[in-house]
Amino acid sequence: MRENYEAVIGLEIHAQLKTDSKIFCGCSTRFGDEPDSNTCPVCLGLPGALPVLNSRVIEMATRAALALNLRVNRESIFSRKNYFYPDLPKGYQISQYDRPFSEHGWVEIPTSERNQSGHAVAWSMKQFRITRLHLEEDAGKSLHEGMPDSASKSYVDLNRSGVPLAEIVSEPDFRSSWEAYDYMQYLRRTLIYIGVCDGNMEEGSLRCDANVSVRLRGAERFGTKVELKNLNSFRFLQHALEYEIDRQIEAIEAGEKIVQETRLWNERESKTYCMRSKEEAHDYRYFPEPDLPPLMVSEEMIEELRAGMPELPEARRRRFMEEYGLAADDAAQLTDARPAADYFEAVTRASGNAKSAANWILNELARELKNTGTEIDRSPVTAEELASMIRMIDACTISGKMAKEVLADMYRSGRSAEEVVREMGGGQVSDEAEIRAIIDQAVAANPRQLEQYRAGKAALLGFFVGQVMKASEGRANPQVVNRLLKERLDNTEQGD
Amino acid sequence: MQGCRGAGVQGCRGAGVPQEQGSVESSIISTEIYLELRELSIRTIRERIAARTLSAVELCRAALDRIERLSELNAFITVTADAALARAEQIDRAAASGDPLPPLAGAIIAIKDNMVISGVRTTAGSRILFNYKPPYTATAVERLRQAGAIVVGKTNCDEFAMGSSNENSAYGPVKNPWDAARVPGGSSGGSAVAVAAGMATAALGSDTGGSIRQPASLCGVVGIKPTYGRVSRYGLIAFGSSLDQIGPLANSVEDVARILNSIAGRDSSDSTSSDIETDDYVAALEGDARGLRVGVPRQYYGEGLDPEVRAHIEAAIKKFEEMGAEIVDVGLPHTEYAVPVYYLIATAEASSNLARYDGVRYGFRAEEAPTLKEMYSRTRDQGFGAEVKRRIMLGTYALSAGYYDAYYGKAQKVRSLIESDFRNAFASCDVIATPTSPTPAFRLGEKTDDPLEMYLSDIYTITVNLAGVPGVSLPCGLSSEGLPIGIQLIGRHFDEARLLRAARNLERAIAFNSKPGAVENL
Repeated sequence: MRENYEAVIGLEIHAQLKTDSKIFCGCSTRFGDEPDSNTCPVCLGLPGALPVLNSRVIEMATRAALALNLRVNRESIFSRKNYFYPDLPKGYQISQYDRPFSEHGWVEIPTSERNQSGHAVAWSMKQFRITRLHLEEDAGKSLHEGMPDSASKSYVDLNRSGVPLAEIVSEPDFRSSWEAYDYMQYLRRTLIYIGVCDGNMEEGSLRCDANVSVRLRGAERFGTKVELKNLNSFRFLQHALEYEIDRQIEAIEAGEKIVQETRLWNERESKTYCMRSKEEAHDYRYFPEPDLPPLMVSEEMIEELRAGMPELPEARRRRFMEEYGLAADDAAQLTDARPAADYFEAVTRASGNAKSAANWILNELARELKNTGTEIDRSPVTAEELASMIRMIDACTISGKMAKEVLADMYRSGRSAEEVVREMGGGQVSDEAEIRAIIDQAVAANPRQLEQYRAGKAALLGFFVGQVMKASEGRANPQVVNRLLKERLDNTEQGD
Repeated sequence: MQGCRGAGVQGCRGAGVPQEQGSVESSIISTEIYLELRELSIRTIRERIAARTLSAVELCRAALDRIERLSELNAFITVTADAALARAEQIDRAAASGDPLPPLAGAIIAIKDNMVISGVRTTAGSRILFNYKPPYTATAVERLRQAGAIVVGKTNCDEFAMGSSNENSAYGPVKNPWDAARVPGGSSGGSAVAVAAGMATAALGSDTGGSIRQPASLCGVVGIKPTYGRVSRYGLIAFGSSLDQIGPLANSVEDVARILNSIAGRDSSDSTSSDIETDDYVAALEGDARGLRVGVPRQYYGEGLDPEVRAHIEAAIKKFEEMGAEIVDVGLPHTEYAVPVYYLIATAEASSNLARYDGVRYGFRAEEAPTLKEMYSRTRDQGFGAEVKRRIMLGTYALSAGYYDAYYGKAQKVRSLIESDFRNAFASCDVIATPTSPTPAFRLGEKTDDPLEMYLSDIYTITVNLAGVPGVSLPCGLSSEGLPIGIQLIGRHFDEARLLRAARNLERAIAFNSKPGAVENL
């Protein structure tokens, strides 16, 4: 039944821009401070106070727009969105309506359905269009729970009032919950990458609403759409979309009509609930904000910001595959966040060995970082030190096995690779005379095994390698040991 | 002093005048000082304080005394006697130690009660803000203080500056000192009366559709609405944000210019304030009117204009001609749409600006509402007066889905036609001369039942706000009933210098020096 239908999804994502101060006043945007401590007449909406646009907001919004291939309008205007709510101190939100900050964007990203166990089935590249990115101020926060008198009173904290938001509206281009999920992941990663949003969904720095409808596969017209709110984690988003798609299909199959409404996702019950019907929808009475002049962005400013844009994660992922020959998964993991990608490139530059750099970062270093809850840009092992350890492996100064211990020590102590290796006894032994002496001892100590080997039991070579490595405390270069041991065992002329 | 309001005059004397003075004597003294207040220019006050022939405290006490004695006019909502006297003492001390005095030193200034002053109750004439004490001060008021002015109190006004008669105040109507049975005009009625009746040297008002110029006209004082963006609106409680502008009212063009010198100019807290350089408006008063081109728009002299008012305006224009000015006919063809356009734009903006008065954070809140929605609607029902509610409803309607294009959108288009009317007119003239108000002061209650009739009393002033240009009203004579009549001069954007020079020349030529008599019988 479900196969006959196709879902049509559009997302509206609110991303908090990472400015130090609010969009229309100088108050701090810091999260978690005492309620109402970061407020002033402007963000409290006191009589007579007026907004002044924070220029850092324009800069960050421009960077976000460029990253999403949006066209920045040279002139955009702010509008008032009028509605009553206790956490909206002016009775209107300053937003943008008919001339938004930027329009006509798109992203091209890898996306895949997932199987039962949540694994990607088949990645493919898809393009999704972005209608607009516009600027607005956040409202305050209503606290209905958690206070001693919450049964009879609600509280409002206005610290968040006036925090800058970029609202990013997509076209209805997603055909499954996983497409929407992959897009949201991509958007979050990109915004974090370019430093305009911290992406922290628990603190509300990134919030998501979705418009969902279903239609019979092949149908041209869209079905009636339902707006879903409260999708404030990736899991919520995916679960809610799945639920809602099923609900709509079931309703249609049962001969019911879908009603245009706003529904709220309840994660605990894994259900969406009607919040308000179309009839109850607000008339926001948008009109141009008379307290702010049009927002002008010059061509020069756009070009200057464009020049300062970092390489974006998707492009970087593709480059890592082409330039360094990394596997798709490794490239994706390394480009997921900018610090890891930067770290990788620094190690690669200094070591000249990209594959090894990727391996060490994604395995040994990743484990250490995870165990200590450390971000890679605060790693006690710097990219330069990891590179010098990789160089020591490549020069056969240490073995791969030793290197694991070396790295663990470096991570713990913060010492350099050279220092750790020196303390461990100078690293790998490749000196043939030294190794021959150890071999001689091992051969002399095991005459029976020697006899059996010479009688044709070639597998005993491994036994002798083990003995030599043990005697050298693992420091002997295994390749050298192998070669010399073979020579020694096969040479019957020696007086054994 | 605040506690004295409504109490007997005698009971309050202590605040201003030495106790041992008897009431007869003190009333003579205050009359004498009253005359001084009306006749002491800002420049004279500063010079005499500097020369130690006048003390700021003495002047301030006289003003406070006068405010008390004329409390029946209801010009003030809040009197800040203690702060004013403290400021006056500072100025006297500065004078005593020979410090250079700032430009407005000692000038007694009244502030319309829709501008916030930190810690001083600010009501905007509304019940909904009956207890509101703002934590910050409006830029224009702060600049006056920096310039040495003594703020004496907050003047009565129409609720949220919505009105043309000052009858829409939750604190009672203001009465005209020329005839206490008549309105002083509005919405800055209290400010106009404070100046006209000698309770203050000057006052700040705000003007959205004529609210400085019309009461100035009806009370026989000078008032200017500067170009939109010339004076910061930061701290002015918004009515129609794209129209509102703060400006001074005073007894002379020179005093108005002097105050404008202190308050005009860019303010980083108001994004709509202009960074165009200000002029020295006092210095600009020098020079005669020869060669000045005075435009007379025929559209302003048609139906509804009181013949007596017309005669006085025509006489004033004649004076311009006698001074060597050139009189030119100009057209402002879209004038007939001004009233509807104004009442769509101003009310639309007001409906949004007044949304914040919801009982949640400050001001009046209706008690015992069962739901949030009920709390909102009862608070706003009980907190706002009839005219404010009427305008909120009009504006909400004009912005509603499905009506926006036909009303607000269309009004904005016509507004730009009105603006270009002025641009075109100013191609052939330097200032435009019109009546300020179609009639002299009308009687209290005369138009309260007919909002449309009331709206038409702004017909000559609202185009100026719609176009954003500056306009000044100055007295040009008395009607046969002894009521002042004002003439309005309109200038180009940011051309206050030339506008005030024209006004100064006309003021000298008319030499209006009548004083309101009614107050002396109160």
